[in-house]
Amino acid sequence: MDNLHLDQHISQQFNADLEELKTQLLEMGGVVEHQIIDAVKAIENADGSLAEKVLITEDEVDKREIQLDEQATMVLARRQPAASDLRMVLAVTKVTRDLERMGDEAQKIAKMAIALNEDGEAPRGYVELRHLGTSVQKMVNATLDAFARFDVATALQVAYDDRNVDREYKTAMRELVTYMMEDPRSISRVMNIMWALRSLERIGDHARNIAEHIIYLVKGLDVRHSSVKEIERQIQGS
Amino acid sequence: MMEATVESTIEQSADSLVSRPATGERAPVAEGETVGSPFVDSPKMAMRNVDVFYNDKQAIFDVSMDIGSNEVVSMIGPSGCGKSTFLRALNRMNDTIEGARVEGSLRLEGQDIYDPKLDVVPLRARVGMVFQKPNPFPKSIYDNVAYGPRIHGLVDRRADLDDVVEDSLQRAGLWNEVKDRLNQPGTGLSGGQQQRLCIARTIAVSPEVILMDEPCSALDPIATAKIEELIAELSENFTIAIVTHSMQQAARVSSRTAYFHLGKLIEVNDTERVFTNPEHELTEAYITGRFG
Repeated sequence: MDNLHLDQHISQQFNADLEELKTQLLEMGGVVEHQIIDAVKAIENADGSLAEKVLITEDEVDKREIQLDEQATMVLARRQPAASDLRMVLAVTKVTRDLERMGDEAQKIAKMAIALNEDGEAPRGYVELRHLGTSVQKMVNATLDAFARFDVATALQVAYDDRNVDREYKTAMRELVTYMMEDPRSISRVMNIMWALRSLERIGDHARNIAEHIIYLVKGLDVRHSSVKEIERQIQGS
Repeated sequence: MMEATVESTIEQSADSLVSRPATGERAPVAEGETVGSPFVDSPKMAMRNVDVFYNDKQAIFDVSMDIGSNEVVSMIGPSGCGKSTFLRALNRMNDTIEGARVEGSLRLEGQDIYDPKLDVVPLRARVGMVFQKPNPFPKSIYDNVAYGPRIHGLVDRRADLDDVVEDSLQRAGLWNEVKDRLNQPGTGLSGGQQQRLCIARTIAVSPEVILMDEPCSALDPIATAKIEELIAELSENFTIAIVTHSMQQAARVSSRTAYFHLGKLIEVNDTERVFTNPEHELTEAYITGRFG
């Protein structure tokens, strides 16, 4: 379903250029999504080689970011897009940036996995990690889905989910801090888990950013720095 | 409890969004209704329910819009959409076309410009026009600019006329290029210079409104850039309505944009809005180069 009618330009080449942007972006999203899944798995299973794989993938993500930026620049220079086409190109460059940063966070999680592999497992925090990891992975998946279908309802759902992720993250932090106070010897290992949780929470924030870019792309509304309720009101008012 | 509220809100909101028209589509607009903001406070020109006919054929259908003081309004749309016809109605240029008939209300500062008692010559001094092809008179550069002030009797003394000519050429950004050859024919200038000469000729009679009908379509990009720069400067003192085929030009020079389609005025909005998020799907289709 393409409700932006990207394929209806008089210029077939323009159709192809925009379609190519979208495809490339979704491919990059797929790579980053796998990075996140693997990074969380690497911590859970203390799998050092899987963590190494996440680190290596980062190169590919960086390359894709540059490639997408070049493609977007080319479309701007050659087509001078307007209206939904312009929003599409702008949204792609912004989403690319957020995806790249998600990749960076996945890399941080992978580094924590390697550290935990070397220092030994943390005594606590895996349950929280699994929970948050699942929530965030769902968000990332929904975000890419929303982009693929230019689907505002799903994007709004992601913004709501981010609130829950933030709440889960805060609860987990409180619990882990309490645990460290009781057992100071575990601090360095529990800290590794906390950093990983922090990265997951950040990935959730980037997913929310992408959701906002999608709302901009489809509705032409700039909903950054608004509460979810405000975003919802704006969408319904548009 | 908090959680339950949030969850139920999410479900409701998701449902309500799904039931709305698919995103990117727009609610259908009633026949003949212009979307956006066609009207302004205290307009320079106010047009209401304007129809224009060429004999039996209707070219403009029920167009209503305002042009505000010192604003640049661009009129865009596919060939034959009526934008030039509408522009020409604004200073009764259509009077010269056999069989052309204008109905509705067209007012310049409240005055009916189609009042049968109104003399069109002073009207066209108040509402000047620059055409697609530069059309200097086969006279000297000086006489081209001095022509209007002379026939309208705006100046008495030669020295005053000199001042008007210099001032107009200055404002049209042409003075430095022609000041040493004012007595040479205007037709000897380059295309871009000729067009700026025509603009100087138009502003020499101190019009209130300048109508421009694709003023850059015969010019190269550099001459075009100069005219566009000039439009920005002129808008400090004049009200400008410009018809253009170049959407980028409309985006660059105007503060409001009007989109015409098959003789109807579809949308008038802030230019920024039109080029980032137009309200009407026909506007969107046109400016993004989709099948209309």
